[in-house]
Amino acid sequence: MDLTFSPDQEAFRMEARTWLQANVPSPGSLRSLDTAEGFEDHRAFERTLFEAQWSVVSWPKAFGGREVGIMEWLIFEEEYYRAGGPRRVSQNGIFLLAPTLFEFGTDAQQSRYLPAMASGEEIWCQGWSEPDAGSDLASIRSRATKTEGGWLLTGQKTWCSRGAFAHRCFGIFRTDPSAERHRGLTYFLIDMATPGVTVRPIAQLDGETGFAEVFFDDVFVSDEDVLGGIGEGWKVAMATAGSERGISLRSPARYTEAAGKLIDLLAAHSQEVGALGLDPRGAIADDVVKAYVDAEAYKLHTYMTATKVREGHKVGAEASATKIFWSETDVNLHQAALRLLGPDAELMVPNGHGGLDLSDWLDGYLFALSGPIYAGTNEIQRNVVAERMLGLPRA
Amino acid sequence: MRFSFTDEQLAFRSAVADVLSDWCTPADLHARYVELNAEAGRSHARWNALAGLGVTGLVVPEHLGGLGLTDLDLIGIAEEAGAVVLPEPLATTAGVVFGTLGSVPGMEERLAAAIDDLMTATFGGVDFGAERHRVSTTLNEGIASTPRVAHCHADLLLLVVVIDGATELHLVDREEVTVDATPALDLTRELGTIHWRPTEGTLLASGSHADRFVEQLVERSALYAAAELLGLCQAMLTLTASYVTERKQFGVPVGSFQAVKHHLAGARVRLEFARPAVYRAAYTLANGEPTLAHDVSMAKSLAADAADEAARVSLQCHGAIGYTYEYDLHFAMKRAWGLSAAWGDARSHRARILDLVVESRS
Repeated sequence: MDLTFSPDQEAFRMEARTWLQANVPSPGSLRSLDTAEGFEDHRAFERTLFEAQWSVVSWPKAFGGREVGIMEWLIFEEEYYRAGGPRRVSQNGIFLLAPTLFEFGTDAQQSRYLPAMASGEEIWCQGWSEPDAGSDLASIRSRATKTEGGWLLTGQKTWCSRGAFAHRCFGIFRTDPSAERHRGLTYFLIDMATPGVTVRPIAQLDGETGFAEVFFDDVFVSDEDVLGGIGEGWKVAMATAGSERGISLRSPARYTEAAGKLIDLLAAHSQEVGALGLDPRGAIADDVVKAYVDAEAYKLHTYMTATKVREGHKVGAEASATKIFWSETDVNLHQAALRLLGPDAELMVPNGHGGLDLSDWLDGYLFALSGPIYAGTNEIQRNVVAERMLGLPRA
Repeated sequence: MRFSFTDEQLAFRSAVADVLSDWCTPADLHARYVELNAEAGRSHARWNALAGLGVTGLVVPEHLGGLGLTDLDLIGIAEEAGAVVLPEPLATTAGVVFGTLGSVPGMEERLAAAIDDLMTATFGGVDFGAERHRVSTTLNEGIASTPRVAHCHADLLLLVVVIDGATELHLVDREEVTVDATPALDLTRELGTIHWRPTEGTLLASGSHADRFVEQLVERSALYAAAELLGLCQAMLTLTASYVTERKQFGVPVGSFQAVKHHLAGARVRLEFARPAVYRAAYTLANGEPTLAHDVSMAKSLAADAADEAARVSLQCHGAIGYTYEYDLHFAMKRAWGLSAAWGDARSHRARILDLVVESRS
């Protein structure tokens, strides 16, 4: 066991830190990711990251990466959050689709899609859920029928994050109408500008259009844009889901950084209330430390998982445990902050509490609340943990 | 960065686990409860089999008769001892007492003999405090009384007392003390008050020197309790998973119901994320890193919460059978409750973490 980083890794960290300090936009200077203007602001920053080779450090150089290992990727993430980097508008592409493309994509698909994804030129959304297929994803009904040189897609997808503004969509459709459930599904890479695609943006809790419904009406997709083979859609989708629940989507730095700010908020709050002082046994203080401890525990667990991955082990059902843990940690962490802020918590104004704007805690809370729902609800993940990690019988 | 054990460490752990599962079955635990209820003596066969593997001297340097390994080699073994609810003080003897005595000057011969004679050892006289530890030993006309010492019949006792305002650490033989057993829920931890006479001959260290050893002993006690709690947590979940798979109601195994699954999955997730914190703290201890207090508190708070939750949901998912004296669950559950509160409960450790983190960020 060695829990230190090598001199090369430390040098990599300092290089990332220096660049990020100089280039990460100041807080609030990018408009909201879930608005048309903000979407463009965030794409412009992705371009800046890409040009300096920081957008996808673990990828091959040919696609814009630095070919560094998983530990270096974690180091980069730590530095990214430390510098206060903005949410990644390209996350559905670089963190979810890309690992799937590396595993199942043809050379042509990889060269066509990966660089444009890494530079922010093409932003991807996910077309999985349907009005009648949420947790029960295998019941999807959107279908694809064979046509000359490709497929015609028909149906309705919903809750597509970034769907309101995205350029492309990865989705699963039923290609064999006689097959049921997990069989007969195929994974498609779709251009959102194709005739027959209709997007209806959906406003989220904060009133902004973070996701969308997407209607498909005989949308043509060429044979080259099938990922992983006809009828292989479920297998390919589960690879994407593994990335979504495991460490690739939500690196621990996001939580450890917020937890540090939460401790600062508690310290500042305790000074303001003065006479009460910092009562480490008080209920709110205990919630704050719990959130800090869980964020740190997630980091340690991730280093352990990264060690396994580097040594050739596959991450299986543990990804479900991981998803439950980071999503609940995120909610608890922001909930503790809002409790500290008391009646100020609902204010949507910036006023610089504990190193973060007041409204950032509220934004963060609203965002955190979606965590136990997306990427497969935590109820479904608990079933997976019970059945695959504890061996309980299926219903 | 390589956050994993070596193949040798895993192999040693698994060899000890095999011995433990041979010698410490639920039937053995039932038998031990019967002995203890009858205030009978102990059978030494199980302890001799274990100590005969050299485990008690695992972290003691080779020239003192130990194996010269580190706490990273011992931590997984403590977890295995927890998993079988071992009645004897393996982690306390090897990890806490011998692990500390190895660095006390002048202890060489005594320690080598203790390992050789397959002795058990325990530590007491101080309670964990987030700000400072509190000495619990009282003194009356030269006789010290140390309450709530676990494994009170151990061969060697490392005890703390304050005399004239200075902390003193003493090493006392069983023959030199009187033991008042204290009734407690977990019979096999054998709690008791030790009456003993601190003398020049028993004194190991005093003043700031003793304070430093006591600090080290408390960190070790909390860490090894955390490791045992991981094992207990795993054992309770395994037992319960197997029960709910067999037990049928409404014509199906009760483990197929989501309400049952979700209880157990929640506890399994807590265990999953407590483990790395315990291993990290063992690494910190083995490497003498300055973050020991923070890392031990992370380990103990996470492991205690995980075990408490596992105990609660295991009892619930068993229904009434889990509430009986004749079923196996109560061994692990009672040990978990005891160790969760011993050497600082989750909340006290979090209070210490808060102080340390606020200090490091300001």
